[in-house]
Amino acid sequence: MRQKKSTEVTVGLFVLLGMGALFFLAMKVSNLSAFNDEQGYRVTAEFENIGGLKARSPVTLAGVRIGRVERIELDPETYNANVVLNLYASFDTLPTDTAASIYTAGLLGEQYIGLEAGAEEEFLKDGDVIELTQPALVLEQVIGQFLFSKAEGDE
Amino acid sequence: MGTIQRLGQWAIGTSERLGRGYLFLMAILAGIPGSLFRFSLVIQQIYSVGVLSVLLILISGLFVGMVLGLQGYNTLVDFGAEESLGVMVSLSLVRELGPVVSALLFAGRAGSALTAEIGLMKSTEQLSGMEMMAVDPIRRVITPRFLAGFISLPFLAAIFSAVGILGGYLVGYGLLGVDDGAFWTQMQTKTDWYDDILNGVIKSIVFGFVVTWIALFEGHDAIPTSEGVGRATTRTVVHSAFAILGLDFVLTALMFGDV
Amino acid sequence: MPLIEIRDLHFYRGDRAIFKGVDLDIYRGKVTAIMGPSGTGKTTLLKLIGGQLVPDQGTIMVDGQDVHRLPHAQLYELRKRMGMLFQSGALLTDISVFDNVAFPLREHTNLPESMIQDLVSMKLQAVGLRNAKELMPAELSGGMARRVALARAVALDPMMIMYDEPFTGQDPISMGTLVNLIKRINQSMGLTSIVVSHDLEETMAIADEIYLLSGGKVIERGTPDTLQDSSSEWVKQFVEGLPDGPVPFHFPGMSFEDDLLNRKAVK
Repeated sequence: MRQKKSTEVTVGLFVLLGMGALFFLAMKVSNLSAFNDEQGYRVTAEFENIGGLKARSPVTLAGVRIGRVERIELDPETYNANVVLNLYASFDTLPTDTAASIYTAGLLGEQYIGLEAGAEEEFLKDGDVIELTQPALVLEQVIGQFLFSKAEGDE
Repeated sequence: MGTIQRLGQWAIGTSERLGRGYLFLMAILAGIPGSLFRFSLVIQQIYSVGVLSVLLILISGLFVGMVLGLQGYNTLVDFGAEESLGVMVSLSLVRELGPVVSALLFAGRAGSALTAEIGLMKSTEQLSGMEMMAVDPIRRVITPRFLAGFISLPFLAAIFSAVGILGGYLVGYGLLGVDDGAFWTQMQTKTDWYDDILNGVIKSIVFGFVVTWIALFEGHDAIPTSEGVGRATTRTVVHSAFAILGLDFVLTALMFGDV
Repeated sequence: MPLIEIRDLHFYRGDRAIFKGVDLDIYRGKVTAIMGPSGTGKTTLLKLIGGQLVPDQGTIMVDGQDVHRLPHAQLYELRKRMGMLFQSGALLTDISVFDNVAFPLREHTNLPESMIQDLVSMKLQAVGLRNAKELMPAELSGGMARRVALARAVALDPMMIMYDEPFTGQDPISMGTLVNLIKRINQSMGLTSIVVSHDLEETMAIADEIYLLSGGKVIERGTPDTLQDSSSEWVKQFVEGLPDGPVPFHFPGMSFEDDLLNRKAVK
């Protein structure tokens, strides 16, 4: 059975098309191009409440994405959440008194961590801890406080 | 008594078939090293199994993506979240619809063709004839087709998802005016290469394995008459559909269950 | 020593006995015919010799080797020296006549393409179909398909060929062609041939020895001449084509009278 050349060529094109589709999915659809886990460095931040934060949520500074949440653990002694952040290696000039807060993108959007740079001369290194943190706003608590204060004001 | 007897017959018949199917798979797998040395046979089969399915996959993928775009937009716009259309389209496609729908189409297009081809070769004594020419039909005919199906489906699924996302983009951006940048950036932040795309690829590899196995087994196990081959072809499509959807549930639970 | 020795062969399909103790010898260089009414398992016998089926009891020795005790690889080695002509021809339908004949050569040898061309042309010339080599199997008549299959069966120059019903469903001309071909190929290549058939006249014309099978046993063996003069009732019925005799016209079972009476009784 002689192999027809055109068959081989079309099979080659088919494989290329499949590879191209995978490449498209990798680079254009997914976040593979956006960061590289291995090259980042990790810092930990302790929050009283993380709200709806999840692993892989973005970490931003001045609205620019500089990393992502790697994992979230519960500290069994303080009952707080320890959030491990994976930051891009190129942003290695964050002062040690940088503050971390949990924000929500839009009213119903996903939650993310926003960093605010401090003024210290020294920079955060791999394994450091961010001391200044502000927990997530939980909508029910906010509304509850609002109603409570309103009721008090009326009296 | 009659019912119980029939139940027993059915149980015995089914387990016999499962046993034969298992032995058949072992024989196929044993033939793989040999097939790798004669890869031109596999290429021939990738042509008839994979390349000839591309058009079907392209058209179906495009339309599925466009429908996802329309339906997703109508739902999301109520929450003012139409920028999330990209995420919705891409996650639905790469996690579920890409692997599952392309596997179903593959079973209908390539799987039934494989069953009919093998069944016909059996009923016209071609397989038996090969055996008497000292050519092992499993290695010469079945294994190359198995490898071809197994290799082709992941590519087809990737093409399906990619074209589907483009279809969703066409509808979302072109027709409904969703913001171009938001569509892609939201998609990129929420779609993970490992968790979403690679898991989808793993699904389609599993489906390719199972569908091709079922198709070849049904053909090889068919009663060698035109009626027998016809029924085997129907069984291929039905059993493949069950296997794909059932396995999809199991795989989804394993992969995405513990979010 | 015969090329093929079959001893005490038993074979069952489900509960039905196909062979109940068959002894057969097939000698080198001869044309041996195996005849019998339809459904006596003649084709099954060829599949047993080729090792595609395994007997329930008894042995089949081919060229001194026990076919059913051979490991897979050696069985395939042995099959290279056996040719078989299937009733349907069993040509591969997706490749041309030429590629069909070349198939065993390409599978089993590393001959250069030019030599394969020559060999295939030679084999096709022998069956008179050299000019049909570009045709696809679907374009051939039944007789032509069998001739191509014959060219393919001898492609590897086997020691023997098994013919499964070579004359069934052929018009007189292609029947004559096939009879001639089998005879000629057997002589010119020094082959051993086994012909399974129920076409009496044609088989008698080419066979050196004939075995008659019925009811799972060998009923008679001999040369065409001795069979013609046989005194056995059974042989007479077969040779003369009588509708009733030792092989009954009626499928065995309850007699018609009993059947009628029983039905009345049920009412």
